[in-house]
Amino acid sequence: MNYDLVVIGGGPAGLAAAIEAKKKGINSILIIDRDKELGGILNQCIHNGFGLHIFNEELTGPEYADRFIKELEALNIEFKLDTMVITLEEDKSIIAINPEDGLMNIKSRAVILAMGCRERTRGAIHIPGTRPAGVFTAGTAQRFVNIEGYMVGKEVVILGSGDIGLIMARRMTLEGAVVKAVVELLPYSGGLKRNIVQCLDDFNIPLLLSHTVIDIKGKDRVEGVTIAKVDEKRRTIEGTEKFIPCDTLLLSVGLIPENELSKMVNLDLDNSTGGPVVNESMETSIGGIFACGNVVHVHDLVDWVTEESKRAGKGAVKYLKNQLMLQKDTVKTYAGYGIKYIVPQIIRPSNIEKDLEVFMRVTDVFKNRELVIKIDNKEFKRIKKSHLAPGEMESANINVEDIKGAAEISIEVQ
Amino acid sequence: MIYDVAIIGGGIVGTAIARELSKYKLRTVLLEKENDISLGATKANSGVVHAGYDPKYGSLKGKLNVLGNAMYESLCKELDVPFKKIGSLVLGFNEEEMKVIKDLYENGIKLGVPNLQILDKEAAMKVEPNISDKVIGALYAPTAGIVGPWEMAIALMENAMDNGVELKLNNGVTNIEKNREGYKIYTSEGKINTKYIINAAGIFADEIHNMVADPCFKIIPRKGEYHLLDKSEGNKANTVIFQCPTEKGKGVLVLPTVHGNLIIGPNSEIIEEKDDVTTTQKGLEYVRHLGENSVKEIDLSKVITSFSGIRAKTSRRDFIIEEVKGAEGFIDVAGIDSPGLTAAPAIAEYVVNLLEKRIGKLEKNEEFNPNRRKVVRFMELTDDEKKEIINQNPKYGRVICRCENITEGEIIDIIHRNAGATTVDGVKRRARPGSGRCQGGFCLPRVMEILARETNKDIKDIVKDKQGSYILKNQWENIDGMGD
Repeated sequence: MNYDLVVIGGGPAGLAAAIEAKKKGINSILIIDRDKELGGILNQCIHNGFGLHIFNEELTGPEYADRFIKELEALNIEFKLDTMVITLEEDKSIIAINPEDGLMNIKSRAVILAMGCRERTRGAIHIPGTRPAGVFTAGTAQRFVNIEGYMVGKEVVILGSGDIGLIMARRMTLEGAVVKAVVELLPYSGGLKRNIVQCLDDFNIPLLLSHTVIDIKGKDRVEGVTIAKVDEKRRTIEGTEKFIPCDTLLLSVGLIPENELSKMVNLDLDNSTGGPVVNESMETSIGGIFACGNVVHVHDLVDWVTEESKRAGKGAVKYLKNQLMLQKDTVKTYAGYGIKYIVPQIIRPSNIEKDLEVFMRVTDVFKNRELVIKIDNKEFKRIKKSHLAPGEMESANINVEDIKGAAEISIEVQ
Repeated sequence: MIYDVAIIGGGIVGTAIARELSKYKLRTVLLEKENDISLGATKANSGVVHAGYDPKYGSLKGKLNVLGNAMYESLCKELDVPFKKIGSLVLGFNEEEMKVIKDLYENGIKLGVPNLQILDKEAAMKVEPNISDKVIGALYAPTAGIVGPWEMAIALMENAMDNGVELKLNNGVTNIEKNREGYKIYTSEGKINTKYIINAAGIFADEIHNMVADPCFKIIPRKGEYHLLDKSEGNKANTVIFQCPTEKGKGVLVLPTVHGNLIIGPNSEIIEEKDDVTTTQKGLEYVRHLGENSVKEIDLSKVITSFSGIRAKTSRRDFIIEEVKGAEGFIDVAGIDSPGLTAAPAIAEYVVNLLEKRIGKLEKNEEFNPNRRKVVRFMELTDDEKKEIINQNPKYGRVICRCENITEGEIIDIIHRNAGATTVDGVKRRARPGSGRCQGGFCLPRVMEILARETNKDIKDIVKDKQGSYILKNQWENIDGMGD
């Protein structure tokens, strides 16, 4: 099997990238997805709030996905579901399997990685205690409730105030469960402000900041959790322990880009994002292998995933048409004080027509500060920000003329 | 109807004995109180096939460890269980510890442990480049190995059943009566008659013993906590890395698992309750701290799960394998703490000898087949083999567990084997979906769906592990009588 472009992952990132590539004139495209449906995690996100930036409308997850799936079908883009890529090689050959076609050897001239992310688990955050049933990651619980149609519990504590945790607090409440508390290790929530208001405040669910779960009790099924306050170094403060009886603990303690295939081909990875290092065209350290969406860095809004993935689709088309400039005058982006990471990590100005939007996350909550952009260590621009939070992705627009010939562009909080 | 032999307990010891007995013309039943085998000490331990220099010369442990170690390779081949002979190191950090190492060496030589060597720092670093710079020497035992303990027990049970042994799960023994023909055993599900009993009840062996005789030992359960790390850390250790043993046991180990993960642990805590398998912040901190003393640069952010296991120490320290005085035909196999996993195959032979002393020469089962039907491990097949097997059965073309690339075909196979899986963790122990870095986040709903379909159950009746560990609402609610 031969294709010009194989897109691995049929969630929002893969869909947008494939559609963009097709629109820009690449015909031989295959999308591979391991699930039974296109749309990825959007299918289980039945709440609204998707598409405000792209469509100027509030859509549910499945509705948002459906717009792209319809377009994909209209454009006659080939896809294979229930299909798993088990091998990816540097020369972009792929081995994938599914029950119908068996084992497929696929050759492709370009590849876009759009595998998304997975959830951090109890093990990763070392919560001690017993190991009963009733401890779920928030996303798994969301799948049970919204896709499979089963409730996972009745009295719930949620650890982590990331967006999925907040959304699930509301969802479980609407399904008749009692959410006793959302417990957050940090002194601020990792979720979007609107979700705190709409999912917790509107339902009188307490948000306990600077608290964590220090013990899980229950032999077969969860019978309760012990929570405690933590100090600024996130250490448990003795004497603040409190037992909350519950039958379910949901974990919303972070997402991790899913880079098994990236590691298989030894892509350069960025420790701060957990995803591959990419350039202005969303190309990775291997020419012709692109990446976009949550596999690169975890986004909070799907709209930005779509934007970024279009960029990857465009990049792949340029690569296939030999229009991608490989010249050496690259500008590196550098995350200064208060910035956790910047995507892309590398910019090649000659591949940018006019300007480029760079995405970043801050390391902490900041009020009334400025984002300071420096080019080769010279201050270039200041952007006023009344509120910065790690849960909300920031962006900055860079004009290509300003960075031509530069070696580094840095952004910091001041 | 009367059984010849009833084995109480489906851990590594009980299952090894069951399989050994299946070589003879005997009517054997194994009684297990839980809904799956290997749920006690076998479920959570280091998975080390010890070389055998550690137990004292002259002890039963010493003798059976060396014998058991020598049996593992061929046994694992017969049962198609992954086993790797990777060798072990005991690290010495000072002269005093080097003295302990010399004692271990000499003890090992007396016990007949093959190819033991005392290495200087340089030689030790050659074997294991990641060990601490503070190491000054080590004891090297090339015959040590690693195995999946529950995979071993499951394979032993399956092969025993293939050869005629019966398994009764969910049969906790509540009482035993001596009668004319032997014993009547009362369980949570009913009663059975048997001529002989093997007590392999692990941490409950004292309670079972006390049903037929006066107490003569007491199980002192000790808990050990572990961290299991992602496969990305698996290459931080090539061998089983010990620190010098102390009164409490063999100390904290760092080793790769047979599937390529890294494991650190255990500590050793005396516990009040026999089934206290909690992990604690303190215990795990201790384990991390000691692990880091042995091996450099372990990335602890790569921990994927933590667990704790129980070892059945007794006041008598050595294994207790004997016919109980005053209870003819009742054999205790108790106090099987480390090196119990290693010794298990030798323990099984030893027990058969004890039985023969009581019954006389046992008649061979001419139909005994030592080989377990091969397990398909999809990702280990060549591309052509993969193609072929999906052709034969398309379910091998559907990946259920993305972290470990486990296919639906593999999961269905391990459900329908003898001693097959009926629970989510049972599937995980046999085919490994959910053992990877996402810890079942993605595959849990699909594994439940497959289990429900293949065992003709409602998905809400599928439990995580032991009876009562309901995953979905409604079911546990009804059981507890809580209701809406």
